[in-house]
Amino acid sequence: MPKPEPVPAKAGGTVEVKLPVQLREGYHVNSNMPPDPYLIPLRLSWDSGPFTAFEVVYPKPILLKLGFFPTPVPVFSGTFELLTRFKVAASVPPGLVNLPGKLRYQACNDRMCLPPKTLDLTLPVSVSRQ
Amino acid sequence: MLAQKLSPRSIRRWTLFAAAVAILASCESPIPDGFHLKSANERKATPDFSLKDSTGALIKLSDFKGKVVLLNFWATWCGPCKIEIPWFTEFQKTYKDRDFAVIGVSMDEDGWDTVKPYVEQHKMNYRVVVGNDQVSQLFGGVDSLPTTLIIDREGRIASMHIGLVAKNTYQKEIEKLLEIPKDAPKTGAVPAPGSEFAFVRPN
Repeated sequence: MPKPEPVPAKAGGTVEVKLPVQLREGYHVNSNMPPDPYLIPLRLSWDSGPFTAFEVVYPKPILLKLGFFPTPVPVFSGTFELLTRFKVAASVPPGLVNLPGKLRYQACNDRMCLPPKTLDLTLPVSVSRQ
Repeated sequence: MLAQKLSPRSIRRWTLFAAAVAILASCESPIPDGFHLKSANERKATPDFSLKDSTGALIKLSDFKGKVVLLNFWATWCGPCKIEIPWFTEFQKTYKDRDFAVIGVSMDEDGWDTVKPYVEQHKMNYRVVVGNDQVSQLFGGVDSLPTTLIIDREGRIASMHIGLVAKNTYQKEIEKLLEIPKDAPKTGAVPAPGSEFAFVRPN
């Protein structure tokens, strides 16, 4: 995977970052709000620090009729984006900051499921003065 | 919400193209389907393990020798596994008096905190244990769920199914193995002509 370009941000400002996600064909992951408490939701989280992720926006899920649940199950499949809105602390000095995050997911196809996984993410942010 | 207090101009939009996260399924196994018991001379001994059930009682797989066993690796978060649970509950009820047992090995990371209420909620009438990586590795690394083994009376793997298969497939395999009496004389590893088993049935 190529190293991502740093995201420009101003100290004291806000910034939005879109994280594209691509699933292997035939597989899906649960949405961020699955209808069954036992299903593992897709969850993007960022470590707290000079950046505060005050909102994560998930796309509109696809409703998939699956044999194990009476109503269609909201899932994500194919390629989609997860958007995070950050508030940048005014006290952050200019320069490059690597923001750690995690993407928790659990993938299935129509016949089998794979164990839940947590991907470690690093978001490079280039901070400039206000 | 903070976003609503900000003027549109103050929000900078960036797309992190290069950081595309590819969620790739790490294991894609062929999905066996249909009735396909291995012949007796092709069957390998099932690895043994000991795990505790929800009451703390130790379940040792080799203690089930003499029975036909359906060993099911599953998890509470696995939708296809949920489809199979009523089938296995039915098999346990139907065949329990014919030297048959279902054993469920949950691969839930949270262990009994999650598994115990699920077992009660789904009225699972068979033995359930919580598995671990060590047990998974004994079976070549159980990565895809459900993974189900049908084990013969001699403790050998007669079939292995990765992923959801038809209820009928399990049923036929179980019934075929149950046809062989517990005390049937063995003839070694040579299958009888036209038979898929290494046993000669008594006349």
